[in-house]
Formats: sequence, C-alpha cells, structure tokens
Amino acid sequence: MPRLLALLPLLFAASVAAKEAAPAAADPALEKRVMALAEELRCLVCQNQTLADSNAPLAEDLRNQLREKMRQGKSDAEVVDFLVERYGDFVLYRPPLKATTVLLWFGPFLLLALGFAVLLRRVRRRRQAADTEISDADKKRAAELLAGREPR
Amino acid sequence: MTRFAIPIAVFVALVALLGVGLKLDPREVPSPLIGKPAPHFELPQLHETSKTFTERDMLGKVWVLNVWASWCVSCREEHPVLLDLAASGAVPVYGLNYKDKREDGLAWLKGMGDPYELSIYDFDGRVGIDYGVYGVPETYVIDKAGVIRYKRIGPLTPQIVKEKVLPLVRELERA
Repeated sequence: MPRLLALLPLLFAASVAAKEAAPAAADPALEKRVMALAEELRCLVCQNQTLADSNAPLAEDLRNQLREKMRQGKSDAEVVDFLVERYGDFVLYRPPLKATTVLLWFGPFLLLALGFAVLLRRVRRRRQAADTEISDADKKRAAELLAGREPR
Repeated sequence: MTRFAIPIAVFVALVALLGVGLKLDPREVPSPLIGKPAPHFELPQLHETSKTFTERDMLGKVWVLNVWASWCVSCREEHPVLLDLAASGAVPVYGLNYKDKREDGLAWLKGMGDPYELSIYDFDGRVGIDYGVYGVPETYVIDKAGVIRYKRIGPLTPQIVKEKVLPLVRELERA
C-alpha cells in the first residue's frame, strides 16, 4: 500500500503533462483554475467545443490570456468579463439572464406548461365524454349488435 | 378537416421556425465592440518594424481596418475587393497582419498588390484578441471619434462594400 501511495504523485504529474505543452505546467493549481474556467467558455473557431477542449490556435491564445490574467491576480469573474467585452455573451456556455435571453431561459418551461394545459383539457373532455348517459334504447341496440344480430 | 387544422398549423409554424433557424449563420456573432471606442494598440508596421502605428493616429478620420494573414484562404478571395476599395479612394484602408510570418506577409502584398496605407504587424495575435478577432478576415469601420461603427466577420464582397461600407463611410464623413 505505501508503495502504491508513492506512485500517486506520478499519476498526477502525468495528467498535468497531458494537458498540452502548456507553459504554465509549473503551477498545477493555476492550471486547474484555467482549465475549469475554460470549460465554461466557448471556442469561437470551433463553436461546439469549449476553450478547454479546442486545439484551435485562437483557443490556445485565449487560454494563455486566461492564465496571464489569473497570474495578475484577476478573479474568475474579471477574466470572464474580459472575454465578454471582446466576444460577447456568445463565449459563455451559460448565458446571462437579461431581457434578450428571457425566452431562452423560460421558453422551455413555457412549452411545458402549454403541454400540460393541452393534456389537462384533453383528459377533462374525455372524462366528460365518458360520463354521457346512454339511453335504454341505445343499450339494447348495443347488446344486439354485440350478439351479432342486425338491430331492429 | 377542422380536426387536423390545429396540428397542421402547429406543424407549419414549427417548420417555418426551424427553416429560419437554418438560414441563420452561427458564425455571425454580433460583436459587442460596435459603438465602443476601438481598443488601443501600438504595433510595429509590417514594412518598417522600427516605426509604430496606433489607432490614435487616425483620430479625426473615418477609416477601415482589415485583419488579414497570408495563411488565410478567404483573404485571397477578398483581396481584389480591398484593392478596388482602396483604389476608389473612398476611405483609407489599414491592414492588421494577424499571426503571420513577416516575410510571408510581405511576400503576399508584393505578389497580390497592397491595398493598405500601411499594415501593422500583430505577431502574437494579442491585438487581434482585443478586437475580438476569431475568423480572419475581419473588417472594421472606425469613425472620426475612434468608435467602431461596423464589423464584418469573413471576407468583404463587392455587394457588402457597396451596400454597407460605402454608405456608412459617407454618412460618417458628414458627421
């Protein structure tokens, strides 16, 4: 067991080294912060990848910028603001809640409510239909039909 | 018939909505820089790296900043449009040579013609980031007060120059 524990730091070293040839591998804590934040940001070149995933040269540059800003002691929010100022809210994978994004945030709930309303109406109507009374003549007619005879 | 009217109406509306969505270009990200002062830079000039150029040199003039690179394929397509625009004398065009090798950039201008008053040399792409560049070529129209008024992501076409850039330049010149 102690031997296994001794191997543990090696494992971490390997995972840090695997993260590209980042110039800041010397500071794993910083690197972790950069990557955590980069996971939240969109690469503008390959738009369905995060800044953390993308190998596009621009993504690399932007990761370097994140790293540099963090080294200067900027908070995560300040670093994100830096990018939003340049690239707009589009870089954020979690769009902020504002007038233009209300539909984006609440649209799905609106649709869900609409679906429920339609469902409720249908169920009610069906229940009403089931409740309608059947006259004795109709019942007799039905029984005859079921028995395979032509109704009179 | 009326039974199907509502589902069909819903279906048509959905198709219309998705159809519009298909036509939208996800690459056309609205730039937050429009209406804001052009970010400050001071970079060496491509031809004479001992000289620098800054956006402040252009205060009082309407000008066009075009981001280009010799490795950029659509810049090749855009180049004749820029040459025409520069030759028309309607507006001075400045280049930002983005993440390029200097020799490659110079060779490109020599081979294809140089539409730029001058080009600045942004080797590490830092100024590009300040200008929100992500897909070269990109073009900015900057007014007399140094405010970005228009940004085009992707190559300029004769149509865009005629319908967007030139009318805007004329309007800004009058201001």
